[in-house]
Amino acid sequence: MKPTWRKLYSWVDDRVHLEDLVEFLGKKYVPVHSHSIWYYFGGFSLFLYIIQVVTGILLLLYYKGSEDLAFESIQFIVAKVEFGWLIRSIHSWSANLFILAAMIHMFSVFFTKAYRKPREITWLTGMLMFFIALGFGFSGYLLPWNELAFFATKVGTDIVGALPFIGEPVMIVLRGGEDVTGATLSRMFGFHVAIFPGIFAVLLGVHLVLVQRQGMSEPVGDEDAEKDESKRMPFFPNFILRDLLLWLLVLNLLTILAVVFPWDLGQKADLFASAPAGIKPEWYFLYMFQTLKYIPAQVLFIDGEVLGILVFTVAGILWTLAPFLDRKSERGEKNTLINYIGLFAVVYIVVFTILGWLF
Amino acid sequence: MDKQSATSGQYTKRGFLKYVLGGSLVAWIGSVLYPVFAFLIPPKQGDVEVSNVMVGRLSEIERDSGAIVRFGNKPVILVRLDNGELRAFDGTCTHLDCTVQYRKDMGVIWCACHNGKYDLTGRNIAGPPPRPLDEYKVVTKEDEIFVSKST
Repeated sequence: MKPTWRKLYSWVDDRVHLEDLVEFLGKKYVPVHSHSIWYYFGGFSLFLYIIQVVTGILLLLYYKGSEDLAFESIQFIVAKVEFGWLIRSIHSWSANLFILAAMIHMFSVFFTKAYRKPREITWLTGMLMFFIALGFGFSGYLLPWNELAFFATKVGTDIVGALPFIGEPVMIVLRGGEDVTGATLSRMFGFHVAIFPGIFAVLLGVHLVLVQRQGMSEPVGDEDAEKDESKRMPFFPNFILRDLLLWLLVLNLLTILAVVFPWDLGQKADLFASAPAGIKPEWYFLYMFQTLKYIPAQVLFIDGEVLGILVFTVAGILWTLAPFLDRKSERGEKNTLINYIGLFAVVYIVVFTILGWLF
Repeated sequence: MDKQSATSGQYTKRGFLKYVLGGSLVAWIGSVLYPVFAFLIPPKQGDVEVSNVMVGRLSEIERDSGAIVRFGNKPVILVRLDNGELRAFDGTCTHLDCTVQYRKDMGVIWCACHNGKYDLTGRNIAGPPPRPLDEYKVVTKEDEIFVSKST
């Protein structure tokens, strides 16, 4: 180290005693085994989230969250502001990749049962962040105030309104009134840039502290990284350098996508126009949307939509509670049932997403 | 005072304080949360009360076509049949709130969101819509078309 840096380091060290932290980082390791690749998806998601925060703050400098100005302000961003098209396109692409990365991260944790004791809280905070990520997607989708988003928001909030008892009041709170109007746009804007980021920051903090504190999970029955030095790599610098390389590749990929396939703005929403043909929600809601299409209008005496939503809600809750329901993995035994459930979920989502795309 | 009664006396005093303090804590939390939740619920804004609206001119709407017109703050679909007859229905799909349109090629009122179809009397004939579209009354005076609620 150069003398200036050394001086600065010892100045800080004098006051906050960095040696503990340095020692901790020096001892930290990452297990090496045939499933090690999945360790990268957490960092991958984190990086995309950071991109979202940075590009989101930039967009906030020009975006105007009102019915009369929202669409025009984004037109202004992409047409007049220097690199506005790039920032907006990266924000949209990164949002989608973020959900995809978070999904892969979630499924890899599920299949390797990394949620088992003692990492239940890490899993729970992760799941909550995933649900908020979907909320980020839904609220952000409306902000350009274009035709597709307007009707998608109408349908999405109307589905919530179909739920028994709480549906109607929740729908009114989400819409800021009986119908989707400029008031809905203001609300979604508030959720997107204030409420969700605030909650997300707390959950992310807990999630990351736990990952540092507890270290990486190892597959059931293959937990020998602690004893065997050949089955682990130092976190610093070996793993962190690999992570940074991946982040660099992701940033390149994002830029290529944003430049080659700029995100469309579409037509401004008109409250008195017919819904355009080919209306679809974002791809990560598509499998649920497609399922609702196949359920008959009335099943016994329950509304088809209500039944669909209830089934998805219950499935989501059970999924979130996986660490508490899967007792076998906690004891270090193999649990093939969990693998089948996970496999079913993956196949279901993939098949119904493709069906939703085609029809 | 023997030891036991002293303890029980203390216990009741402590228990009493616990209830008073606990109760006021709950009341305090309630008084903080209530305004927040009340704030979330938007105030009711009176619907623009309209009973009869001039929506267009007969000379401007072709036979075998449809258009969305404003009825207060609600969309209404106005359809002119092949024989020149005018009909008007609630423009909001009874399924999930999208706005419907007239499909010349199919001769039906169609919703793009989930492929719902209504015939030209507003009856739901295909797809997910659970109910027919409400019909509105259409009256023409010379060239002007008026729509009103058919009650």
